[in-house]
Amino acid sequence: MTVESTAARKTTRRSSGTKRTASASTSTTKKTSTRAEAGPVEPELVQLLTPEGERVQHPDYDIDLSVEELRGLYRDMVLTRRFDAEATALQRQGELGLWASLLGQEAAQIGSGRALRDDDYVFPTYREHGVAWCRGVDPTNLLGMFRGVNNGGWDPNSNNFHLYTIVLGSQTLHATGYAMGIAKDGADSAVLAYFGDGASSQGDVNESFVFSAVYNAPVVFFCQNNQWAISEPIEKQTRVPLYQRARGFGFPGVRVDGNDVLACLAVTRSALERARRGEGPTLIEAFTYRMAAHTTSDDPTRYRRDAEREAWEAKDPILRLKAYLENEGHADAAFFEELEAESEALGKHVREVVRAMPVPDHMAMFDHTYADGHALVDEERAQFAAYQASFEGGEAE
Amino acid sequence: MAVQKLPLAKALNESLRKALETDPKVVVMGLDVGKLGGVFRITDGLQKDFGEDRVVDTPLAESGIVGTAIGLALRGYRPVVEIQFDGFVFPAYDQIVTQLAKMRARSLGTVKMPVVIRIPYGGGIGAVEHHSESPESLFAHVAGLKVVTPANSSDAYWMLQQAIQSDDPVIFFEPKRRYWDKGEVDTEAIPGELHKARVAREGTDLTLVAYGPMVKTCLEAAAAAAEEGKSIEVVDLRSISPLDFDTIQASVEKTRRLVVVHEAPVFFGSGAEIAARITERCFYHLEAPVLRVGGYHAPYPPARLEEEYLPGLDRVLDAVDRSLAY
Repeated sequence: MTVESTAARKTTRRSSGTKRTASASTSTTKKTSTRAEAGPVEPELVQLLTPEGERVQHPDYDIDLSVEELRGLYRDMVLTRRFDAEATALQRQGELGLWASLLGQEAAQIGSGRALRDDDYVFPTYREHGVAWCRGVDPTNLLGMFRGVNNGGWDPNSNNFHLYTIVLGSQTLHATGYAMGIAKDGADSAVLAYFGDGASSQGDVNESFVFSAVYNAPVVFFCQNNQWAISEPIEKQTRVPLYQRARGFGFPGVRVDGNDVLACLAVTRSALERARRGEGPTLIEAFTYRMAAHTTSDDPTRYRRDAEREAWEAKDPILRLKAYLENEGHADAAFFEELEAESEALGKHVREVVRAMPVPDHMAMFDHTYADGHALVDEERAQFAAYQASFEGGEAE
Repeated sequence: MAVQKLPLAKALNESLRKALETDPKVVVMGLDVGKLGGVFRITDGLQKDFGEDRVVDTPLAESGIVGTAIGLALRGYRPVVEIQFDGFVFPAYDQIVTQLAKMRARSLGTVKMPVVIRIPYGGGIGAVEHHSESPESLFAHVAGLKVVTPANSSDAYWMLQQAIQSDDPVIFFEPKRRYWDKGEVDTEAIPGELHKARVAREGTDLTLVAYGPMVKTCLEAAAAAAEEGKSIEVVDLRSISPLDFDTIQASVEKTRRLVVVHEAPVFFGSGAEIAARITERCFYHLEAPVLRVGGYHAPYPPARLEEEYLPGLDRVLDAVDRSLAY
């Protein structure tokens, strides 16, 4: 796929008539004319890297990364996309029951994820495979739930990365409570809570805004506005840009180009530092796009047009960083070839691990229901064991 | 000061005080729990003595209260949450059922969820709508939760501390109409197991099983029946999940008759579960079908009608008579 810079500069027209642009260089006059023909103008995004891969400056956010760091971000995004593609393929092959792809959201996740310190804590939704990658979570751990061998399956404290949460927005309150605990402990770490544009409508997300503001909790809310909540467009969730909601709760909000990994890193780092300084929560709206279906069970052709996706493909987060690395001479062909080989190895590894994941022992369904034990669980476990044993010699396994 | 006579509400207050003193990770939180001391004054004076960091006044948002308590528990705290009234727990029901109850299993046992949710429940105080309900079955049905309810001051004092010490989430139902009943509390006693039922009165002709507010009603019914020459045993369940069927079974094998009494609607209530299991366990011992006395399949009525809705002495005795007539 090649980036057509002219296409990248085009604005995207949505059915509502609202104009959006990923370019920070949109002129004032252009905005005025947009207002005249299509209602309120979408606010500017914090952007440090244009869709063409040109480095631009922002008055409030800056970042100075070494070549190694820039290559690292690229590597993270490429490997995350490869992992995601492998998982999608595995679902199509029947190895996973479901998969929620992050395709298109790599910059939002890697940028924010790489802003974290080890002692920070992350509360993801169920699509943060790139953030998990940044936390050092074994990516195959993420697949157990989708393969149907567990309902989470990892120790959240081993990487300070909480379990995936399927009920929308619930985890934002857990994040806030955890951040309240950090404040009580007098620690200077912070919490990063992920959710989507759909979840922004949930009561829990709004309650977490209330609690975090009231207690000045060191939590950063990172909303990946990928434009679609399954089939419902952002217009069905809100009448104001999501980041603007923060002001009503008493803390700052900022909209960042979610396909610009540098901007996502800079903005998240700044918000986390603010939280660590005891200045309370921030809402970051990463303006991005879900290029794939909501999950593998979804059919986006029923509710959105190809042209929309094509316009967003021109803003691809990986291609723009690649262009920058190439233009600046930060990476040569050997780098990309090595990464390609590493990607293939990752895909192979994931494939092998998933196929080898065993069905859990039948008795496992009773495990871990309670810490202190429970008479009913004990009784039913014994009944089930006796029932299983009655097949001895037949289906011993 | 080992043995004191305390109202049930004061016993809960002393219990919370003891828990806050014993474990610095215990945090009491909820609406009005601080300066006001809770609408029923269960947390009276605690914020003054332990500070706003330990006794936390919260925004008015039940899902937020429980959801942040989950986060605090993940950070190593032991939150004790107050929900003001039974009917107000439902905004938090999602957090309790989909998150709190399942967190441990989803993490394959690697995280603990030591959260206690205190809920004043039940009727009989002439309150308005949503202030008199008994939703215990809705929580007992959910794997991962424990559900308990004390019926007297001693249990209030001990069971609450045991619930706080548990690494599992516990829904702690407080019989609000019994808050002002006094009972002896031995603060130096060795408490019984949290989930063990108690034979509150010995008898030989029939077993009444009750919990929370209905224990007192059943004891009064047993006393009235004794005047008619009937010997009624009363079992106080104390814990609804897990439920101590062994104690009920032992009693029924002795008395051969069982009536279950609770304020909650009978339909799909805890009495149904008890009737089914005791029928399985004691089929050949029973002289009569297990009978149930409880609320009706109707919204909790306006206060002027609640005495008709709630099981009282006469309805319990009527069921006793019906059982004995078999």
